[in-house]
Amino acid sequence: MQIRVLFFASFREMVGTGELVVELPEPASVSDLLLELGGRGEPFDSLPAAPVVAVNRLFASLDTPLEGGDEVAFVPPVAGG
Amino acid sequence: MARTAITEERIEVEAVLEEVASPSDGAVLLFLGVVRNHHEGRQVAGLVYEAYREMAKETLERIAREAEKRFATDRMVVLHRVGALDVGEVSTVIAVGTPHREEAYGASRYVIEEIKSRLPIWKRERYVDGGDGWLEGTVPEVEVLERRRGGKGLPERQSPGIGKDPPGGENGQGRERGGG
Repeated sequence: MQIRVLFFASFREMVGTGELVVELPEPASVSDLLLELGGRGEPFDSLPAAPVVAVNRLFASLDTPLEGGDEVAFVPPVAGG
Repeated sequence: MARTAITEERIEVEAVLEEVASPSDGAVLLFLGVVRNHHEGRQVAGLVYEAYREMAKETLERIAREAEKRFATDRMVVLHRVGALDVGEVSTVIAVGTPHREEAYGASRYVIEEIKSRLPIWKRERYVDGGDGWLEGTVPEVEVLERRRGGKGLPERQSPGIGKDPPGGENGQGRERGGG
């Protein structure tokens, strides 16, 4: 299945892109996505091992199951206001 | 119904105040977050707000709805700027109209604290002496937020997942901005 992965702010600069499509075997959770990205080596292995993520625009824990077409965002510490 | 928006446009404070005014209200409370000219001893020239636009829009709507429910008001406008801002410009406005002041203070405070803790927006400061950098922010409390909305059927557990001892702590830098 295909997962749309988004990176923002410092994470975007770290990995050099704001958006990726990642192919994952089913079933998969957010943790599996992290493993897949980490396995790519640089620059993705510089991402935190347990980042804050949002799945389909809601904050979600790393054991959240994923479905094809889901949007997973890596969310650096927020600084609005 | 509250009006909320993530916007590139300059915030017109007078218009926002007119929007929440109602003859039934004895209190109108206005909070402005303003771009400050210094940060940790450095002179700030300006800054850029970046947002996860769709999520920020939905999150701001949700925060406003929560405040309306808790403080029994529906006359509220909450706007957050994105893009490049100069020192002195308004980054955030929260205007609330209520019959009595207590609810207005409660709602306004609730909204700004929730913005600080979970609105997916980031701030890159540009310094007068050159250079720029992302401000350290607040790590959203994912487990708390998941539980609050019913947990999606996930088991409750400890949170080794998130945070990893954020620099500046949970209520770090993010807390002190906005003049409030």
